[in-house]
Amino acid sequence: MAFFVEVLVGGLLAGIMYSMVAIGFVLIYKASGVFNFAQGSMVLFAALTFVSLVERGLGFWAAFGVTLVAMLLLALAVEKVVLRPLVNRPPITLFMATLGLSFMIEGLAQTLWGSEVHGLELGISDTPFEIHGVMVSQFDLFAAATAAVLVTVLGVLFHRTRLGLALRGVADDQLAALAVGIDLRRVWGVVWAVSGVVALVAGLLWGARVGVQFSLSLIVLKALPVLIIGGFTSIAGTIVAGLLVGAGEKLAEVYIGPHFGGGIENWFPYVLAILFLLVRPTGLFGEPRVERV
Amino acid sequence: MDPILRLEHVSLSFQGVKAIVDVSIDVAVGEICAIIGPNGAGKSSLLNVINGVYHPQEGVVVFAGERRRRMQPHRAAERGIGRTFQNIALFRGMTVLDNVMTGRTLKRRAGFLAQALRSPSARAEDRLERAKADRTIEFLGLAAFRDTRVRHLPYGLQKRVELARALAAEPKLLLLDEPMAGMTFEEKVEMSRFIREANDVLGTTVVLIEHDMGFVMQLADHVVVLDYGRKIGDGPPDDVRRDRRVIDAYLGVASDSEEAAA
Repeated sequence: MAFFVEVLVGGLLAGIMYSMVAIGFVLIYKASGVFNFAQGSMVLFAALTFVSLVERGLGFWAAFGVTLVAMLLLALAVEKVVLRPLVNRPPITLFMATLGLSFMIEGLAQTLWGSEVHGLELGISDTPFEIHGVMVSQFDLFAAATAAVLVTVLGVLFHRTRLGLALRGVADDQLAALAVGIDLRRVWGVVWAVSGVVALVAGLLWGARVGVQFSLSLIVLKALPVLIIGGFTSIAGTIVAGLLVGAGEKLAEVYIGPHFGGGIENWFPYVLAILFLLVRPTGLFGEPRVERV
Repeated sequence: MDPILRLEHVSLSFQGVKAIVDVSIDVAVGEICAIIGPNGAGKSSLLNVINGVYHPQEGVVVFAGERRRRMQPHRAAERGIGRTFQNIALFRGMTVLDNVMTGRTLKRRAGFLAQALRSPSARAEDRLERAKADRTIEFLGLAAFRDTRVRHLPYGLQKRVELARALAAEPKLLLLDEPMAGMTFEEKVEMSRFIREANDVLGTTVVLIEHDMGFVMQLADHVVVLDYGRKIGDGPPDDVRRDRRVIDAYLGVASDSEEAAA
């Protein structure tokens, strides 16, 4: 039993890490209908910039501050230069644009900082400790706490402030938003900036977990099943789906994996995602679309 | 008295296709002005020019003494131009109250942090705004649906919620794009009563597009007729009704081609 709980807890905590990446997608998708494939390379860009600055002798907070500014500038530039001129184009055009962007940002990051693998040390030990006979990773707990803070801040931002109301308005109906005097361009700018910050937080945690390297941008592929299961428009959905995917893949690996010769952890989330697409295509919390013919 | 809205020689085209050709209109403070015309006459385009969705290639829009050629829609809303749409543009996932509240977002003053942290002043403002939204909701007879999500309301009521949201912003000028389209007769009677009341009680100047001539002639103080993007009639309803060119445009017969055939 203790072993089961240990796997479960480990999975849930890992799942939170997936949610962190997925939240960045949800923000932009909700506000502008763009599936930003470049979110993964933004995570890489953030982690690589931070770690390179630290290696050049900057302190933690100085490096964090500089990276934060760099992320804000990058996100705002992408929104203004690439996506704003493409507004009202079909979703596939926007998706292709972000796909292209993702390679450009990856290239930019590596041109600036080189392509070596870096270790990233946040000063949180990864040694597990024991609670009631269950081993829990200290780092994972820290990551989960960070995610909780992030989600709380975003929740307050989106549900209590005028800006949040504007954002929900834009997500719901852009024409209606225009009619009540919401500045669409400002809202899009804010959303990209916030998702740049989310990418930074995710980049630091993921970078510390798996090392900072090119493959960091591939965590988009981990976020994708989370998005499908959670629904593309719900932050709460990504959290629940992240937990589900994390716990599901770890439990599947341990209990079903041996029958398949192991290694099912990598594709099991996609099995879940496809099941959801078949049974509940809008995801757990996605908005149902009713089309009248 | 200066008109609240004046269009001076406005022309608009889309990639060479002329939607509006040299149209000039004066709308007086406090009047209800109806824009009528056959489909494709440029009526919606004209509303879109007035609230900045489209930018005319030629001509000037003067609103409340301010001349401009280009203006963004959100700026127009700030200046006091409210708007409803032909195909209802509401926040369908939100309740009636929330929709009406969004109409008042521009009036709110509490700072960002004050709102996030729920400071006493922000909460007081919130209560005040809610009360004002409630008054608008009652004014339009929507109190029973206050907490219903808009997507669950029937079409006629959605149209009314859209009007409520526009009125909540206390606009100087209200643009209504086919407020009665697709409604039953009873719903149209109610809607025209609400428009009339908004005009009488709140003093809102209204520019509306409507196809139902019976209601237009009852409601409007001033009728503008467009055909193929050009203004072919402008005046009190009774004059416009008797105008030869207007009758021709509506019946789809051009007098000179009739003569040519004869």
